[in-house]
Amino acid sequence: MDSPRPPAESHFITQEPYYERVGTEVELFDAAYANGLPILLKGPTGCGKTRFMEYMAWRLKRPLITVSCHDDLTTSDLVGRYLVKGGETIWVDGPLTRAVRAGGICYLDEIVEARKDTMVVIHPLADDRRMMPIEKLGQLLQAPREFCLAISYNPGYQSVLKELKQSTRQRFVALSFDYPKAELEAKIIRHETGLDEAATAKLLKLAEMTRNLKGNGLEEGASTRLLVHAGKLIAQGIDARAACEGAVSLALTDDDDMIAAVNELIAALF
Amino acid sequence: MAISPPLGREALARRLEAAFDVEFTFHKVDHLVEILAPLERDTQDFILGWVERIASTNIQVSYEFTRRVVEALDRLDRRVIEAWAVHAMDTYDSRGLRPALEVLFKVDDFLAHAHAHAAGAFFDEVKTVLANFLCGLSGRRLELKSGEQPYTDSEKLFLPNVTAGMESEADNFLLCKAQVAFMWAQTRFGSCRTDFDTVFAGFADPARALSIFQALDGLRLEICLAHELPGLWRDMQTLSARHGDAALPPPWQALAQALAARPEAPETALALLNDAYPLDPPACRIYQAALHPQAIAEMRNARMAREKMLLRVKLAQLAEEHRENPEAQIPPADAAKKPAQFEARQEGQGWELTLDDQPIAPPVDVNQLLTSVLLDWGEIPPEMLTAAGDGEYDPALYEEKEKNPDDVWQGTYHEEGAHLYPEWDHARQHYRKNWCVLREIDLKPGASGYVDGVIEKYQGLVKHLRRTFEAMRDESRLLKRQAQGDDVDIDALVEALADAGDGREMSDQLFMHMHRTDRSLAVMFMVDMSGSTRGWINDAEREALVMLCESLETLGDRYAIYGFSGQTRKRCEIYRIKTFEQPYDAATKARIAGIVPQDYTRMGAAIRHLAKLLNGVDAKTKLLITLSDGKPDDYFDVYRGAYGIEDTRQALFEARRSGVHPFCITIDREAKEYLPYMYGHANWVEIDDVKKLPLKVADIYRRLTT
Repeated sequence: MDSPRPPAESHFITQEPYYERVGTEVELFDAAYANGLPILLKGPTGCGKTRFMEYMAWRLKRPLITVSCHDDLTTSDLVGRYLVKGGETIWVDGPLTRAVRAGGICYLDEIVEARKDTMVVIHPLADDRRMMPIEKLGQLLQAPREFCLAISYNPGYQSVLKELKQSTRQRFVALSFDYPKAELEAKIIRHETGLDEAATAKLLKLAEMTRNLKGNGLEEGASTRLLVHAGKLIAQGIDARAACEGAVSLALTDDDDMIAAVNELIAALF
Repeated sequence: MAISPPLGREALARRLEAAFDVEFTFHKVDHLVEILAPLERDTQDFILGWVERIASTNIQVSYEFTRRVVEALDRLDRRVIEAWAVHAMDTYDSRGLRPALEVLFKVDDFLAHAHAHAAGAFFDEVKTVLANFLCGLSGRRLELKSGEQPYTDSEKLFLPNVTAGMESEADNFLLCKAQVAFMWAQTRFGSCRTDFDTVFAGFADPARALSIFQALDGLRLEICLAHELPGLWRDMQTLSARHGDAALPPPWQALAQALAARPEAPETALALLNDAYPLDPPACRIYQAALHPQAIAEMRNARMAREKMLLRVKLAQLAEEHRENPEAQIPPADAAKKPAQFEARQEGQGWELTLDDQPIAPPVDVNQLLTSVLLDWGEIPPEMLTAAGDGEYDPALYEEKEKNPDDVWQGTYHEEGAHLYPEWDHARQHYRKNWCVLREIDLKPGASGYVDGVIEKYQGLVKHLRRTFEAMRDESRLLKRQAQGDDVDIDALVEALADAGDGREMSDQLFMHMHRTDRSLAVMFMVDMSGSTRGWINDAEREALVMLCESLETLGDRYAIYGFSGQTRKRCEIYRIKTFEQPYDAATKARIAGIVPQDYTRMGAAIRHLAKLLNGVDAKTKLLITLSDGKPDDYFDVYRGAYGIEDTRQALFEARRSGVHPFCITIDREAKEYLPYMYGHANWVEIDDVKKLPLKVADIYRRLTT
């Protein structure tokens, strides 16, 4: 096996990201990493999946390459492609190939958004072969021990098209994320925004109220991330109602009635 | 623009006579003309406009309106007059001529309420926002209804139709919100848990005890609200001050302080009842809702019994699932013997259940039940956490029954379980609220061999269609000479290099890109099943549907087929032939065979309902295709003619606004006259020969979607 080349400096996380442990996810990740198992993060948007990945990358001292998947993401976007430069074709590695070569952590965010054919390159990487075929180069890349593949998806989507196939999901060690429990969420908001307890408690109550509305007009309740946004605005000196309207109600939905209802909830709290 | 001169007496008389059909009704218009003549043209037009709009509903109502509007003109502004006119027509729609005339006769009543209508918060307008607000406040799922006065029966919150206790519109909305929050607090903080009969029986004057308790409880809830919803509480205080509510007398202030010790429990208020009994109750705050012990008790008793059963049954299911799980190491023999005993602990807003020392995350419905039970009982009684044994309860007692649409017509008439839709009255330029009663009905299957017969008959065509649609299915293609792409386009590169060698500029379009189109499409077919399709039109429709299904199955588009018919606005019917979920199987084929002509075509309601169903489907493009043989029409009704066309047009407009593309395939030769107006110029197609329908429809669909 080739020894990993020095990875790009920019992908190293040098400062410890702020992350609050919820359960045993750090230990599980550690163990899976040590055994070369790929990892699947499940959970609603804004509950800390990406932050967790940053934290783990920092903890394991490996470079982190994050790819946000979209519905036009093709295999070449991940593996790499030939480009034409000055009359010559040159090969450029895609993010996944770079991560494999560098022995880094490749995090494919919202994997279900990507095209179905991208799974083809992920599958051999995600089982015990840990190999990556680069068809156009005719190479078969063996992933080094340090390499780690992590993907995330949000099971809350109701679309039938956005489900992970069994053949894919059964290759991964799954970690489930949800909005943290109230006390922990309060701690996170206080840490991230510097707000006092009373204001944090109100934000949390607002979150609870919007989560009550999930399925009754809202697709999702306010995520921890939205609360942090609102909190930061408030800490900046913005009026609390205006801050929450901007960071929570308008961010959650476009439906006028729903915005009005969430605004009324905000007005009832602040 | 120059101001037009006022209409002369003769012109006025002509318009009024036409509106009132004077030839037959003998209404006198002379004195009306006298009053209208001196007015400005603008005002004349305003009044005449409404006179004609109301006359389209009922001439008598319009005549009475005219007689009074001229008197009221200087006292009412136009917004109020409009509200008055619409209210009179709505009353006519829902309750008939006499109540409508009463609305007009009691113009002074209306004037007294004019403020309410100008600045009041209307239930219909605030309902959506406040229902969502209420849902956000947590606790038991509560329903918002309109009623005589604000009160709650612990499951529904009632708000009056118009709330106008305050001066301005904004304050009136705030008042509604405060009342909703107050009623929510009554359910949330245990006021509804109180056993009123027992508590008040001990007092010489139970009615007085009730009002004292209400005052005490109101104070207690205010403390709770101040704590829970500080923003709203501030607004409530402002409201109360603006309304001029009297300050709390000193003895009551002392009681309020005593209540503050433990405001979240209703027992705190009950404990002070004896002390407060001799005092005069303080005046009610404007946002306080009345307490109706009778209504609450009835609801609560029924609910407590039902939920006890439901909870225990659900827990039994949960226990079964849990024990089937191989990880739970319980010897099954032991488990079968005694019913599972759960323990429940509140965890923030949710619940945590423990069975045999193992934690179980309760599903959402169990969570809801536990919360509801807690609100009624104040705790979760342990016996309710024992899973129900097999057959302990009759499912009929706790399951919510879905009404059979056919039963509705047996016995007395009612609108339960049906969908209500508004209808556009073009003469009135307003919707008639809840005008159409629509039901979904399963179509009775027809002959099972029918579809195979059709396929055999059109064998060649079917084969051709399948091939055409197959070609459409695979739309992925390689795009060459792209500026960006997955791979280098060697041909383009060679050319570019040659160009560069010649000293010309090199193209940057050197890549190939695999282009894939995802057909994210859902299509709903709405088939005319009116009586006029009897015979070969019906045959052609059915055959066309078979061709379509065969093609669409090849293509893989999601599609649904519904038939529509009905008779009068009270019986609009939608027949389920194939829903989006149902496969194209023998049962569906039999239903297609079973399409038989029924009654009439009230299209507006059908379009509104099907557009709603279609909007529930997740697809980028949504098509609503109507197969029809003629104009909208209904039994002995105004729906024939302009009214029906205008309502259908309005319904299609609503559908388009919600993101549905309507399209119409018709065999009516005169369709040119009205279809472009209803569907727009490019959104319809006329098939001149019925026999060609099966041949054409699939082809039209192909053109539509590529």
